[in-house]
Amino acid sequence: MAVAETKAIASSRRWESGVVLRDCLLAALVAAVLFVPILGVRTEWIGGANITLRYRWPAVIIACAVVFVGRLLLHLLIWNRSTAIAPVFAPLSRPLANLELGKYLGPVVLLCALVLPFLPFSDRYVMDVSILIATYVMLGWGLQVVVGLAGLLDLGYVAFYAVGAYSYALLAYYFGFSFWICLPLAGILAACWGLILGFPVLRLRGDYLAIVTLAFGEIIRLVLLNWHEFTGGPNGISNVPRPTFFGIPFTRTEEGFAATFGLEYSNLHRLIFLYYLAIALALVTFYVTNRLRGLPIGRAWEALREDEVACRSLGLNTTNTKLTAFAIGAMFGGFAGSFFATKQGFISPESFNFLESATILAIVVLGGMSSQLGVVLAAVVMVGGLEALRQLYFLKLVFGQDFDPSQLRMLLFGTAMVLVMLWRPRGLVSTREATVFLKEKKKVSADLVGQGHG
Amino acid sequence: MAESWNDNPILTVEHLTMRFGGLVAVDDVSFSVGRSDITALIGPNGAGKTTVFNCLTGFYKPTEGRITLRNGDRQFLLERMDDFRISSTAKVARTFQNIRLFSGMTLLENLMISQHNYLMRASGYTLAGIFGLRGYKTAEKAAIEKSKYWLDRVGLTDRADDPAGDLPYGAQRRLEIARAMCTDPVLLCLDEPAAGLNPRESEELNRLLRYIRETHRIGILLIEHDMSVVMGISDHVVVLDYGQKLSDGSATAVRTDPAVIRAYLGVDEEELEAAARQGDEAIKAIVRDVKAVESEAAKGKP
Repeated sequence: MAVAETKAIASSRRWESGVVLRDCLLAALVAAVLFVPILGVRTEWIGGANITLRYRWPAVIIACAVVFVGRLLLHLLIWNRSTAIAPVFAPLSRPLANLELGKYLGPVVLLCALVLPFLPFSDRYVMDVSILIATYVMLGWGLQVVVGLAGLLDLGYVAFYAVGAYSYALLAYYFGFSFWICLPLAGILAACWGLILGFPVLRLRGDYLAIVTLAFGEIIRLVLLNWHEFTGGPNGISNVPRPTFFGIPFTRTEEGFAATFGLEYSNLHRLIFLYYLAIALALVTFYVTNRLRGLPIGRAWEALREDEVACRSLGLNTTNTKLTAFAIGAMFGGFAGSFFATKQGFISPESFNFLESATILAIVVLGGMSSQLGVVLAAVVMVGGLEALRQLYFLKLVFGQDFDPSQLRMLLFGTAMVLVMLWRPRGLVSTREATVFLKEKKKVSADLVGQGHG
Repeated sequence: MAESWNDNPILTVEHLTMRFGGLVAVDDVSFSVGRSDITALIGPNGAGKTTVFNCLTGFYKPTEGRITLRNGDRQFLLERMDDFRISSTAKVARTFQNIRLFSGMTLLENLMISQHNYLMRASGYTLAGIFGLRGYKTAEKAAIEKSKYWLDRVGLTDRADDPAGDLPYGAQRRLEIARAMCTDPVLLCLDEPAAGLNPRESEELNRLLRYIRETHRIGILLIEHDMSVVMGISDHVVVLDYGQKLSDGSATAVRTDPAVIRAYLGVDEEELEAAARQGDEAIKAIVRDVKAVESEAAKGKP
């Protein structure tokens, strides 16, 4: 009896190892099909108009071997139940909230953000990247109203960013308005464009909504590109007025910021001011969106995401609710755009392509659709991480001095994104917090929260 | 007592017809719903009950007919109103056959959303609320109090802060009724409130509906398959079959109506005539059979 069992197990083992080997070979075969044209053949210029083919079979063989061995290791270590090391990853997939980290992380991040300019390592580059991150945090919070709360997938959010930037640049160029007048105007104009986008897409859902918003983003960009007389076309608008410290410019002159406050002139002053401006605008966005979430309108947005039909049966005017979501989201996009214009001093339609929309959307999705802290973390990871990957100089030691590490950065970044989404499919901070409570505020798990219709 | 629903109806449906292309789902149906009556709309599957409901609550625009709601001296022609206005202005609330709760939101939030229009006005269309003015705070407290009252009525106070999606099926049904009641309706439309409930839960539902009718003096219109609910609590029963009104009257009148029995059991004419000749007892037996078939059907449902 026991012998028979052992035999059965042994045969099943043999059978299993056969399956594993076949699977690894298949993976290697697929790799070979891919790598032969990509790695195996290379065209080389041999002078004049002649090119020749060079075959690199060793590279192909090495690549296939790597795939084979990698697949084998996966089978042996991770997919094999007896020696599984998969549980190692389990803590990573526990929501941040469960670690009680969420409560303290927010204030800590804010404190870090406030003292950052005075830290010793904060040079021009660090400040530039931090301003960029703060801008994306703001954009993320703005888009979260539309995508996260109201559940309307907006792929053209960059259009409002562009409207904000061009509003400031054009108002300053044609009428000489200052930044502080243009900021609210840019927000209002962007909100109007939000309504204009909102009307035609009221009845659309899901993929259709995504396509139309995507097209809207492109339309705005193309208009800016082709309306040469008004917007300067592809040349953009240069000499957008820089912000002043309540009337005091950041210049080397007698009236400048440094001279007025008795400091030694440094071009960091302007960056630090811009940085705090970005933080302040982001905090305003945070306060307003956070506040809205607890108000009836915010609850209505979330209800709209959960079930539109039920909303109508309870007397909610879903048209108005959707339009306010689009308008409020667009308004913050407009603020951010206006800030972007004053920071850069130069804007052109190039800055407002689809990739920007995708980045902002990725920040919202990666952060978790209904978590504001998640958006901050995701913006730091997405924007800061992408910058940090430029600094992979140690790779030069591996691949030789000719190797440019920034070439690999997108590859590594894409891999990281895929891994994060595998472990945390509903974003870094996926739980939803209730807006009102009787006894205690409980977290709602992401499995129950609707993802909206888009 | 007879036909009391025609004296002072809250809702009158006249010549309601709904066509989907060539299909006539509801064909010239007229009936009234009495003020603070419980009215049941019954009929075999596909009889057009839910279509009538969707016409009443504005989810469909009827092809023909008039639906009038009378609330005090105000009159509303429901067939001309947008669906959300039927709830917010004419004060007709409804529930759904396949429960539609906001499952990712807590019970309390679900009930707060149904008071959205009131809270929206109180928050000065968000402007007063954003600066935290006092008026909104008191309004919010009042809304929470009302939600608490209804949570208490449906016995879900302990779970007020849990997500609605976590509730068991029967509790979700009760929460949906509480949510509809938070809109302060004058007419409550329930689409199969007892579907999937066990006998004890059905009994609780009956008690809840009676309580709503007695305490809040509102009309209740319900679609139901569970005969213990229909016969137990309804004052008035309307029977539909193939989109047409088959019978209309008090529960006792309808249950002995040969046309109804025929429609439900598919009994042929001769058998029914024979039964009628043998007197009331035989018809009662057929009605018992109807109940048996119905409860079988209810068990078969998931």
